[in-house]
Amino acid sequence: MTTDLGNGRMTTDLGMPTVASDPHHHLRGTEPFPVAAHRALADTQLRQNLGHATRTIRAKRAGVVGEVDDWEELRRAGEGVKADVMARLPELLEQLEASVTARGGVVHWARDAEEANRIVVDLVRETGSDEVVKVKSMATQETGLNEALGAAGIAALETDLAELIVQLSDDTPSHFLVPAIHRNRSEIRDIFLREMPDVDPALTDEPRRLAMAARTHLRRKFLSATVGISGVNFAVADTGTISVVESEGNGRMCLTLPDTLITVMGVEKIVPTWSDLEVFLQLLPRSSTGERMNPYTSTWSGVTPGDGPQAFHLVLMDNGRSNVLASPDGRQALHCIRCSACLNVCPVYERTGGHAYGSIYPGPIGAVLSPQLTGIDGPDDVNASLPYASSLCGACFDACPVRIDIPHLLVQQRAAAVEAHGRPTAQDVAMRAAATAMASPRRFSLAERALRLGRLLGRSGRIRSVPGPGASAWFGARDMPAPPTETFREWWARRDRT
Amino acid sequence: MRIALVATCLGDAMFPQAPRATVELLERLGHEVVFPADQTCCGQMHVNTGYLDMALPLVRHHVDVFSGALSSGRADVAVAPSGSCVGCVRHQHAMVARRGGDEKLARAAEELAARTYELSELLVDVLRVTDVGAYYPHRVTYHPTCHSLRMLRVGDKPLRLLREVRGLTLTELPDAEVCCGFGGTFAVKNAETSTAMLADKMANVVSTHAEVCAAGDSSCLMHIGGGLSRLRSGVRTVHLAEILASTTDGVPA
Repeated sequence: MTTDLGNGRMTTDLGMPTVASDPHHHLRGTEPFPVAAHRALADTQLRQNLGHATRTIRAKRAGVVGEVDDWEELRRAGEGVKADVMARLPELLEQLEASVTARGGVVHWARDAEEANRIVVDLVRETGSDEVVKVKSMATQETGLNEALGAAGIAALETDLAELIVQLSDDTPSHFLVPAIHRNRSEIRDIFLREMPDVDPALTDEPRRLAMAARTHLRRKFLSATVGISGVNFAVADTGTISVVESEGNGRMCLTLPDTLITVMGVEKIVPTWSDLEVFLQLLPRSSTGERMNPYTSTWSGVTPGDGPQAFHLVLMDNGRSNVLASPDGRQALHCIRCSACLNVCPVYERTGGHAYGSIYPGPIGAVLSPQLTGIDGPDDVNASLPYASSLCGACFDACPVRIDIPHLLVQQRAAAVEAHGRPTAQDVAMRAAATAMASPRRFSLAERALRLGRLLGRSGRIRSVPGPGASAWFGARDMPAPPTETFREWWARRDRT
Repeated sequence: MRIALVATCLGDAMFPQAPRATVELLERLGHEVVFPADQTCCGQMHVNTGYLDMALPLVRHHVDVFSGALSSGRADVAVAPSGSCVGCVRHQHAMVARRGGDEKLARAAEELAARTYELSELLVDVLRVTDVGAYYPHRVTYHPTCHSLRMLRVGDKPLRLLREVRGLTLTELPDAEVCCGFGGTFAVKNAETSTAMLADKMANVVSTHAEVCAAGDSSCLMHIGGGLSRLRSGVRTVHLAEILASTTDGVPA
């Protein structure tokens, strides 16, 4: 059923949940962005860690992107493939289901996070195992799968080094690719010493020693675990091939050693054909880790007898994506390949880190994706604050390998936040007053004359503070020049007469 | 050429030196400047804060005033001494109109946008001049504003203009292309993050030992200048137009 929302906008009821379920609160934070950012900005260690890490990764990315002559064409190709996928998603998903099934895999459909978790928990129970090894995955972060498994008495071990650091410290990830980007190596050593059984008490913060400690810790589990769980970078509809891209090789272990492999993917992760991978396997590593090619790219199609997992389950999860898809503008957000380039170049993210966004999808793309997935419930919803967590500087668009117009989406989501106001807020009233003044030349001139009263506050030519609520937001750290004695239009009129 | 000036609401009310300098510069170069007196505001603040419905009458008013000036033959093109206002005109006006269901306005906005230029674009691309005959004996660093860079893609046009100014020493600003943290209502809605960004911008400005930090947007300069003033840093902010308008005859800048 199609409903006209007015203003030429339509919504289509696909018979799906309109917003994502968020059983473990991984998509919606508990504090508005400015409140959470306040804490992050005061944490000088965090600021140093993030500044150093994002600066390093930005420089690496710029270097490897700069050496590709046809980078802009590649971006346009990536954008084109993704737009095509969104235009015919249902058909491609059915094709993927058929090709995975034909190759011995089992496909499951999950409407939301709870359903995805339930499917995975049941599948693990059927194997009789009480532990699983996990490849780093945003989809299972989104659903809170580890908590759901834990509640069912199943231990989930994160095997990505950074994800392990986060898990051991009972923390939450703050970046797609480098979930522990907010930590430095001495903090990591302390976490390992505290939380890792059998760790060498003489462990130093040398990166190699830290990696060796993690390897020793993980390898025992790789060899004993009978169930592996992964996410997806790309799922190829025509061949039924699933691909996971990684740096460390732990993913390869999880994907090949266990008897049973369970893979959870958001429905947008699909590409039509095998040859489309050509585009994304160039775009992704250069944009994310700043490498020409990532060290490990695993691909598998169903089950291969005698080689690798002998049972393969693919869980196709919607969890709010149909709702995003229904928005002609907003659906661009589903093009995201989770490279995190927009996080690394964002001047806001660099200073606040990922936790301030309250969602496992932080940064510029998270600021538009999270509210689209879970909806905006009124002016006090923390989701309403996320689209404003940007100066609209546009660095995210330039870095995005699939050309998502994030600044435009931020404005669209701001409009959605404004529309969610039940009754007028103070900001609404101020904006209405300004719009009324600016819509008429006469009223605008009157407002300019009223503004001149501000000269009383700044007799030295500078205004250093202004009484009244809200003024401290500007004057806390910034002066303002006193209004001029003559506006431009007054000068122009005076000049015209002489 | 006859050029319609978009003074911008901020330029008109708070920073008249920028539109005045634009007039003086263009007239010195032999062009005729007209000022459509009914102009108010392009609506950028409303658009970028999410008030797209409220922005619609502002967009309509801007398009009416300037399309009128151009179609009546009073002017050939429009110019604004602001990257972000031109960015709004060029990339957002038609979107606001379409969203409001006014396709006719959207088309008119697109036609107007194609003839509206930011100052450095007008000088370099349309008037084909980089040496505007300016004299400005100061040490200057230049902050390329986000919307001029990433919405308009002005590239190095402002720097090409500044390099031709006699007496001017241009010092490179480290991390020049990083946002100063202004972002319109962002500066008050997320004041602490905005200020953290400003702190880094100011540190970079101060590191150049420049006397003057220049930019093509009065709004960003208001932000950077507001911070530099609070710190008593001894660095002042000056609009690009003021530098280009400055001559040995002593136009104050």
